[in-house]
Amino acid sequence: MSATRSVTVPAGKARKHRPLDAPPLPSRMLTGFVLLVICLVVLLPFLGIVSTSIAPSSQVNGAGGFVLWPEGLDLSAYESIFAGGVVTRALLVSVGITVVGTLISLFVTAMLAYALSRPGSYGHGVVLSLVLVSLLFAPGLIPNYLVVKQFGLLDSYWALILPTALSAFNVIVMRSFFMAIPRELIESARIDGAGDFGVFLRIVLPLSKAVLAVIGLFYAVGYWNAFFNALLYINDTAKWPLQLVLRTYVINNAQLGGADLGTSSDALPPQASIQMAILVVSIVPILVLYPFLQRHFAKGVLTGAVKG
Amino acid sequence: MTKLDDRVRRTAGTTGGTASPPRAPGRRSTWERIRRDRVLLLMGLPGVALLLGFHYLPLLGNLIAFQEYLPFVPLGRSPWVGFENFAVIANGDPEFLGALRNTLVITLVQVVFVFPAPIVLAIMLNSLLSERIKQVVQSVLYLPHFLSWVIVVAVFQQILGGSGLVNNAIRAAGGDAIDFLGNPNGFIALLTGQVIWKDTGWATILFLAVLSQIDSSLYEAARMDGASRWRQLWHVTLPGMRGIIILLLILRLGDSLTVGFEQILLQQAAVGRSASEVLDTYVYNNGVLGGQWGVAAAVGLVKGVVGVLLVLGANKLAHVFGEAGVYQKES
Repeated sequence: MSATRSVTVPAGKARKHRPLDAPPLPSRMLTGFVLLVICLVVLLPFLGIVSTSIAPSSQVNGAGGFVLWPEGLDLSAYESIFAGGVVTRALLVSVGITVVGTLISLFVTAMLAYALSRPGSYGHGVVLSLVLVSLLFAPGLIPNYLVVKQFGLLDSYWALILPTALSAFNVIVMRSFFMAIPRELIESARIDGAGDFGVFLRIVLPLSKAVLAVIGLFYAVGYWNAFFNALLYINDTAKWPLQLVLRTYVINNAQLGGADLGTSSDALPPQASIQMAILVVSIVPILVLYPFLQRHFAKGVLTGAVKG
Repeated sequence: MTKLDDRVRRTAGTTGGTASPPRAPGRRSTWERIRRDRVLLLMGLPGVALLLGFHYLPLLGNLIAFQEYLPFVPLGRSPWVGFENFAVIANGDPEFLGALRNTLVITLVQVVFVFPAPIVLAIMLNSLLSERIKQVVQSVLYLPHFLSWVIVVAVFQQILGGSGLVNNAIRAAGGDAIDFLGNPNGFIALLTGQVIWKDTGWATILFLAVLSQIDSSLYEAARMDGASRWRQLWHVTLPGMRGIIILLLILRLGDSLTVGFEQILLQQAAVGRSASEVLDTYVYNNGVLGGQWGVAAAVGLVKGVVGVLLVLGANKLAHVFGEAGVYQKES
């Protein structure tokens, strides 16, 4: 019976064993219910965070700090964190580090990957080994710190960019994409008189927009989320990125006064609301990028697993 | 490949294209080759400089593990002390042994509880009939992976902390608040719960990819032989996932000495060091904060060397099991 049915199914759908083999209804309902609960476990905290950040202060104080649904809209927590104090500054620092860092990382990674995509060029073997061996052995925290210190980068924004600017793994992934570009295209550009850099700029990069987007997103999320580098290298609180501010004022619960926030108003919103507003501000950029992240990263992980 | 490339290069070298006489690359002098590839070399330069400066130089900097580091003397000028810094490891310093034990216990607990979670979740997702619902659920479950540990820890505080959601509910019901976050005995459970919340959804990706590759005729054959759905799971689905499961498990074991550094560091103050110290935090606390640079570097170095041996050994083991090995992890 099922054999004759599967012959009539179009080729694309033939690989699916369902709905020929649909599980019984109770089991489907159970699976659906469990997945719904799991989704709620992931989503409810976010709902609570957003709600607390916009709920009126009377409600937040009455609930003891965390509410799941706001009984009104009160944006004073956002007004206070954007008033020009520590949080505003940290946000600017984080955005700056992420933008500058991602551009530098992409540029350096793409150029190295391109240089390595041409076997037979001078020094190809040595440089490729340098990249591959670096994947195997990480130097360790203490020597990393001492080298950054020796370079005089402590308390410099460059300490948050340069040590992590190049990911050898990303170089390898990008190189494998570049090597898959048809030789004929490069050859014809060369016949038209393009040099190595011209081929890179006008042929290779435009054909690699997808991989540049994926790896750019990798780098951007990495820079945005980086916390420990800043803890290690940045002592000057004025140069703190957002993740460090989050740790200090949200996780460690340090009190944020009007002076820290840069407001002169006496009546601050509840600390809980301010904390949740900081949390929202640090999550929103990830949410904005998320549709791209999800689509491309899934591909990137599989590519990495297959080709890496 | 090289031959083809050479042809491209030769074509490029002349304006006429086909007319140039073939020359083997070996015949060119080094200087000629450098000149020919100068643009490529310049393009690779920034990346190589970063690699040398921030990877290979620190690698060399591990030499301070054999020195008594003096902070105000230039790197490399401190007096040599041989293997003195390694005494904490050789003599079994209790603080070091505690960190080692915590690391291994956390690895073990996570292999038992964290590792199977995405396999179960992937099988459940795969059994969903509607593609659209499946995609929506996947979108939700992947999200926490992209949040930093700072955010995840902060989120957990809001739920489980002293004035968090759960404790507010308990107090409203007339009970006593429970200290979820500051209890040293519950710390490993807390860490495990956080890792499951953050990364289980994302970890299903590889398993889902493998599940979609299983040949549907195997299910049909099993059904015609009268296999129940559980027996199909046992005899078709799980054998189909065997390869990826063994591979990922071996690689996780190769990473045994590394457990959530940022995650633990962020929560160490609440539970105290003895319950939460792992090798990475030991290096940070004793080195950067405690000033015992040489000892910390020595522990870090040994951890790094053992880590490489474990990864290489795991890779060997993967080959023994007939798997491809050398899988690269993302971010």
